[in-house]
Amino acid sequence: MSADNNVIISVTDLKKHYNDGEVKALDGVTTDIKKGEVVVVIGPSGSGKSTFLRSLNLLERPTSGTITFEGTDITSPSTDINKLRQDMGMVFQHFNLFPHLTILRNMTIAPMKLHGLSKEEAEKKAMELLERVGLKDRASAYPSQLSGGQKQRIAIVRALAMDPQVMLFDEPTSALDPEMVGEVLDVMKVLAKAGMTMVCVTHEMGFAREVATRVIFMDCGRIIEENTPEGIFDHPQNERLQSFLKKVL
Amino acid sequence: MSGKKTNKTKIRNALIVIGVIAVAVFIAYLLLFMPMNSMPSWMENLRTAFFGSAFYLDFENNFITDKRYMYIVKGLGVTFEVTFFAVLLGIVLGVIVALVRSSYDTLKEELKGGFGKAILFFFYKLCGVYLTVIRGTPVVVQLMIIYFVIFASSNNKILVAVLAFGINSGAYVAEIIRGGIMSVDKGQFEAGRSLGFGYVRTMAFIIIPQAFKTVLPALANEFIVLIKETSVSGYVGLQELTKGGDIIRSRTYSAFMPLIAVAVIYLVIVMFFSWLVSLLERRLKNSER
Repeated sequence: MSADNNVIISVTDLKKHYNDGEVKALDGVTTDIKKGEVVVVIGPSGSGKSTFLRSLNLLERPTSGTITFEGTDITSPSTDINKLRQDMGMVFQHFNLFPHLTILRNMTIAPMKLHGLSKEEAEKKAMELLERVGLKDRASAYPSQLSGGQKQRIAIVRALAMDPQVMLFDEPTSALDPEMVGEVLDVMKVLAKAGMTMVCVTHEMGFAREVATRVIFMDCGRIIEENTPEGIFDHPQNERLQSFLKKVL
Repeated sequence: MSGKKTNKTKIRNALIVIGVIAVAVFIAYLLLFMPMNSMPSWMENLRTAFFGSAFYLDFENNFITDKRYMYIVKGLGVTFEVTFFAVLLGIVLGVIVALVRSSYDTLKEELKGGFGKAILFFFYKLCGVYLTVIRGTPVVVQLMIIYFVIFASSNNKILVAVLAFGINSGAYVAEIIRGGIMSVDKGQFEAGRSLGFGYVRTMAFIIIPQAFKTVLPALANEFIVLIKETSVSGYVGLQELTKGGDIIRSRTYSAFMPLIAVAVIYLVIVMFFSWLVSLLERRLKNSER
């Protein structure tokens, strides 16, 4: 693919159609994501930004187009997608913690079963991560005992426990009470500063401006404009982006 | 709700139960086995009245004479045997059918054509036919078909009953479990897959444990239905509990005692299992909230 070996995910002409092409959720998306980049995807609802993000780890099967991750074409049927997903952490809008498991077990189940870590190793690592997000004392709690913000912070460290190369965030703060948004964004900021490659779909324009290295504006399943945060927010070129920003800022 | 029972009330209730049983045993002992000469006359009269009563004579005729209670005891054993193995067979069949049907539903997107999908599709359809036929015909008819048609050359009635009730129950269990699997939020499945678990491991570690909790009451109910359903085994001449009671009735020409006894036994069994299930449910609930 690209000569630039810093590229970690490369997306080429990605399309996702429903009802035999009647609905085009993605209509030819092409972009490269480099190591250490924090890419924030913004756009009106129904613009295909979540579909785009979910395609990156094949939670959505694209209709056509290719996605390469670290040089492997993950859309080819012969690829072991489960192996690749271990390197792509994902955080969901509705947290999706496992309600029947304790916080600690939520975080250790995947490293133990998939990376073959011993219980002690996995728990030690989980406790370190919990310490980083200030939730060490909740290790033995169940998800239902946590607030939304706490759940989302756990969801982030659960994904981090697998040592992913990339973190995908699908509207991580949209389901939170307003006063809990900050604590989750703070964790994401620290993560971004530490050099994690991140792709984040969000409506938090402040976060996009502050943390993103690149902002992608999508509408109608296409990338309309992509630029640095300054470029997007201060000098928007496209008319649709201008009207979108007028509404959300 | 009454909330959590304290240890104190639990102990008190247990003491009351033990007390009542002790008093009952004592009175029974006095009435039945106390030597005549050491008995006060009122008690003697009571005892004579009891053993001379129509109630006792009917009881003796139906259960004591010729050791007729053995029809009930042996029948109960057969009922338990058939139910136990039928439940096992039903759960195994039900889980397999439920997994085939729900995995086809979720995997048909992922498997783009190919041999694997064709096989899965074949089993999916097969399971569909199984569910339709079994749930669309009465269990008595299925039992008789298995006994008189399929196993016409064999006379192993218990095996026939286990197969009939197991296969029948499997169809209902399958739909119960499939409902449970579908009731688990789709996000749970995605979360499991996004961590890198494959389909099978996501099912095993994340979906099934959550589904089990939701289906437990329905599964228990299915088990209770099954115990009672085995009472139609008499159609193929299997002497289980109901048939045992019925044989007594045909010997003594007295319907009340044996049939009421059979009914009470079923009732006690069902109440006991309902109580066990409520304990289990409470335990499962505690682990989450």
